[in-house]
Amino acid sequence: MLLSLEPRGQQSRLMLWCSPLLAAVLTLGCGSLLFIALGHDPLQTLYTLLIAPISDLYGVSEWLIKTLPILLCALGLAVAYQARIWNIGAEGQLLLGALAGSAVAVNIIDVQSRWALVLILLTGTLAGAAWAALTAWLRTRFNANEILTSIMLNYIALNLLLFCVHGPLKDPAGFNFPESAMFGEASRLPLLLDDGRVHAGLYFALLALVAVWVLLQKSFVGFQIKVLGLDARAAGFAGFRQKPLVWLALLISGALAGLAGVCEVAGPIGQLVPQVSPGYGYAAITVAFLGRLNPIGILFASLLMALLYIGGESAQMSLNLPQAITQLFQGMMLFFLLACDVLILYRPRLNLRWIRRARTTAVQAGAL
Amino acid sequence: MSNPDSIARLQLRKISKRYPGCLANDAIDLSIQPGEIHALLGENGAGKSTLMKIIYGVTAADSGEVIWHGQRVNLRNPAQARSLGIGMVFQHFSLFETLTVAQNIALAMGAAAGTPAQLEPRIREVSRRYGMALEPQRLVHSLSIGERQRVEIIRCLMQDIQLLILDEPTSVLTPAEAEELFVTLRRLASEGCSILFISHKLGEVRALCHSATVLRGGRVSGHCTPAHCSDRELAQLMVGEAAGLIMDYPKVSADKAFLHINKLSWHNPDPFGCSLRDIDLEVCSGEIVGIAGVAGNGQDEWLALLSGETPLPRQQGETIRFGGQPVAHLRPDARRQLGLAFVPAERLGHGAVPQLSLADNALLSAFQQGLVSHGLVLRSKVEHLAEEIIRRFGVKTPDTKTPARSLSGGNLQKFILGREILQQPKLLVAAHPTWGVDVGAAATIHRALITLRDAGAAILVISEDLDELFQISDRLGALCGGRLSALRPTVETRLSDVGAWMAGQFDAPQSPAPAPV
Amino acid sequence: MDIDLLSNIFYAMVRCGTPLLLVALGELVCEKSGVLNLGQEGMMLFGAVIGFIVAFNSGHLWLGVLLAMAAGMLLSALFALVALVFNANQVATGLALTIFGVGLSSFVGAAWVGKPLAGFEPLAIPYLSDIPLIGRMLFAQDLLVYLSFALFALVAWVIVKSRAGLIIQAVGENPDAASAMGLPVLWVRTLAVLFGGAMAGLAGAYLSLAYTPMWAENMSAGRGWIALALVVFASWRVWRLLLGAYLFGLASILHLVAQGLGLAIPSSLLAMLPYAATILVLVLLSRDAVRTRLYAPVSLGQPWQAGH
Repeated sequence: MLLSLEPRGQQSRLMLWCSPLLAAVLTLGCGSLLFIALGHDPLQTLYTLLIAPISDLYGVSEWLIKTLPILLCALGLAVAYQARIWNIGAEGQLLLGALAGSAVAVNIIDVQSRWALVLILLTGTLAGAAWAALTAWLRTRFNANEILTSIMLNYIALNLLLFCVHGPLKDPAGFNFPESAMFGEASRLPLLLDDGRVHAGLYFALLALVAVWVLLQKSFVGFQIKVLGLDARAAGFAGFRQKPLVWLALLISGALAGLAGVCEVAGPIGQLVPQVSPGYGYAAITVAFLGRLNPIGILFASLLMALLYIGGESAQMSLNLPQAITQLFQGMMLFFLLACDVLILYRPRLNLRWIRRARTTAVQAGAL
Repeated sequence: MSNPDSIARLQLRKISKRYPGCLANDAIDLSIQPGEIHALLGENGAGKSTLMKIIYGVTAADSGEVIWHGQRVNLRNPAQARSLGIGMVFQHFSLFETLTVAQNIALAMGAAAGTPAQLEPRIREVSRRYGMALEPQRLVHSLSIGERQRVEIIRCLMQDIQLLILDEPTSVLTPAEAEELFVTLRRLASEGCSILFISHKLGEVRALCHSATVLRGGRVSGHCTPAHCSDRELAQLMVGEAAGLIMDYPKVSADKAFLHINKLSWHNPDPFGCSLRDIDLEVCSGEIVGIAGVAGNGQDEWLALLSGETPLPRQQGETIRFGGQPVAHLRPDARRQLGLAFVPAERLGHGAVPQLSLADNALLSAFQQGLVSHGLVLRSKVEHLAEEIIRRFGVKTPDTKTPARSLSGGNLQKFILGREILQQPKLLVAAHPTWGVDVGAAATIHRALITLRDAGAAILVISEDLDELFQISDRLGALCGGRLSALRPTVETRLSDVGAWMAGQFDAPQSPAPAPV
Repeated sequence: MDIDLLSNIFYAMVRCGTPLLLVALGELVCEKSGVLNLGQEGMMLFGAVIGFIVAFNSGHLWLGVLLAMAAGMLLSALFALVALVFNANQVATGLALTIFGVGLSSFVGAAWVGKPLAGFEPLAIPYLSDIPLIGRMLFAQDLLVYLSFALFALVAWVIVKSRAGLIIQAVGENPDAASAMGLPVLWVRTLAVLFGGAMAGLAGAYLSLAYTPMWAENMSAGRGWIALALVVFASWRVWRLLLGAYLFGLASILHLVAQGLGLAIPSSLLAMLPYAATILVLVLLSRDAVRTRLYAPVSLGQPWQAGH
């Protein structure tokens, strides 16, 4: 082999944080090659994708709006993943939060009180937590693999949402479109700026960021969650209660995803539509890993991911590139990250003997 | 080279192997004649395992020569070693539990195995010839440890074998089973097969081996004929200056029981596991009780019941009591509050989290010592505790931020034991406290246990190492098949008694007490 | 319910179960060797889109099938590189593969969405297909379904009878021992992963060239995930895999049954059934932890490296 890996003996703290950056750079590099192959100017395309969308205040506000749900979901996932509970169900938990919040909202459209909003947000958050609780229950009570159950619950949640917008929650005055009625003014999240659509959900996200940071970095419960994830036997040795920890991690995860969902419908969208989420829950998986399950890292990773989302939209409009480019980059980035992580524990080494041999062979081949 | 008799079957010249952070083998020379049983002696970490892996082609040496029948060979993998006629029996068996005996053997033999119908009679024949009863159709997971070792040996014998390497083969056997194994090995040697016998037990090496090479710290510290050497001389070669660390501790007797175990039975839901039956035991404050036994006879299950990792239903709470208080239904943290400390058998992955720092690992079991306030971890106190453990127990580490997995076995064990002792336990349960630990650390650990005993704690040690148990225990017993033998003061017990208990003969006639020394 | 309807249901059940069977067979071999590849959904979609594009442009369905398998293998090779050579976490790598595969297939297939294609047609075997009830189910299917029967037999034989099966099982149970014995653990696992990729690609091609001859984003609709649950359902035993695949096939055509019984249930509720059934099955099968442990390959999902 041309490249060989040699164990470092200790993990490299430098690479721990360089690896996500390297992954991002490699993704952009690979993306550029792809653009060249498709006949686009790579620099121009990258500009359209990453810089043009946020070059004005409106763009920045759209960027923040997209960041919110991804950040909330990824923070929740980080808690679960620290405990090695592979919750893939953020998408479903988000959808259910949106669905339940909307179910309340369309019934109190005429209520003028601000309590309407509180009720809606609370319902959505709890619904997300309840959806995750199903996964927790199936895992702790029946030992069912949480990856598969949470994925299945995603599909069920999506179908439930479709059923509701086509049936019980459909706006009677909506010309038979699969949409709910617009929420009442009191049920909408207030805007923070006159320009753009940045809403009060931003406060929740910042609050969640601090709370998750304290939980994971400072609290004893966070320590227990970490030990459970790294080494379940040691957690048993110390007497940490496994089942309550699994429940807690999944409930936090689900509640934050539910909050993300209800903030979407009560914020920028204002009603329940089938396309509440363009895959925020899945993007959050990449973000959680990219941010190293660390709240601060996740903040930056979700900003990057949100940028990819709005960049994908603008690339579709101005360059006629498929919007799936967002997901493609997501997958690439996660892949590159996992591949680059090998450098945390190993040092790459060029195998010079191999090069020499290859060169000799090449020379011989040339002589013939 | 003129005289064919002088050509060794295997010769090693200046074999060296370096791992990150340690020189495992340093210019090792070794020579084995046909039909010779050659011992490779050494303490844990002396480089025995690395050397035999090199001979068997598992790892490659950095430098040096392997000479086989006078020819220099370059061993690249085990398959090549086997094709030369080298076989190896690992300490942790390399068997596949979900496959049958015959399938296991077929896998190792490759195409030479033929069809199952051809293979099974051959297995039966070999097992008869060497006196090792074995049924080819049985699944390996249903076999006892001794039977599994037979599978490994027969697997080697199925091929034309010229050198058999055995890695600590008796560590998993009762003394009687070990004797049976020696009969087989002598028979093999008389047929011309060379045997490389790796061990750290002086008695059995003297009984079995023609010659010995002793390793210490990766180097050859001497060659000798075991039959002509005293224990003291061999020990000197093995441990060097550290020989003085092996010492006798005074035995004591105590009468105020702290740990009461009363008719403890437990059915294991795991079909491969061991169930416990009617265990009765009392451990007094101020004494060390040692429990011997071959692995897999219920030690792990019993330890989990003692530590609280397997709590029993509330109505059975009385079966285990700490100072009169029923605890069998309590969880580990609740038992710790009543005075329990626990040192599990596995350091990494049970007693400590490999990836976490020493400070975090101090918090792991000591969190009830005022390290947590309002749900938040008090970092400075945790650091302080970790530093104290490191200082008091001589743990060699750069700092408290070092992850547990980068410590050597001995240092990590000192850290774990220190963490438990600093919680001032009334009862310490320790499993294999010096397993895989170097001599110096073992001596430190033994001294710490004795000090804790003298300070008035009740101590229960479960170990496979009989030498250790005789050295530190005040009373002795053994586990076999999930049952516990009666206990007897160490001074009135002989090795053969414990051997009988380990084989399940609890009612063996009591041998007369040895004369006081 | 009359016999024609029943015969139709059986026929559709096998058609619906075929992609699940194909993916699950690949994943079974993969898991037997100790590798958990959660990327089935992504490989399947990439196979589906490549199969469709090739068949659409070349006019050769079989060329599409072949390249779909190659596409699946290509993605699984990426998985093998990251998870086996670089020793990354297999769960995370599998997820990455799915996200990547979903994105890549949508990206590549954007221009082909909704284009019509004449896919594989059913090929009835004379006389045999006239057997009541099961005739259509077994003998009036398209060629890819027949191929799935053959592949099932092949995988069953390899796992249960052959030396290769023994080696795969040994590597999945105890890679250290297998390596000490001289078995090429990394190669065995890599080949198993590649086989899994080829099967997922084939399953994708079945979707886009036979089941519904067209390309739509996310057309596999979670079948890759259901197949993963199927392997658990089958307790890693190949015959139960066959049974499970067709049972799930049945669950996903229940709207036919509902029509037959004259029930009016909204389609989006019926669409939940296979997913709900998957959860139910996982619950029933995983409840007994001891049993799961008895059958699951011991080293499943554990990273492994030579020389440890």
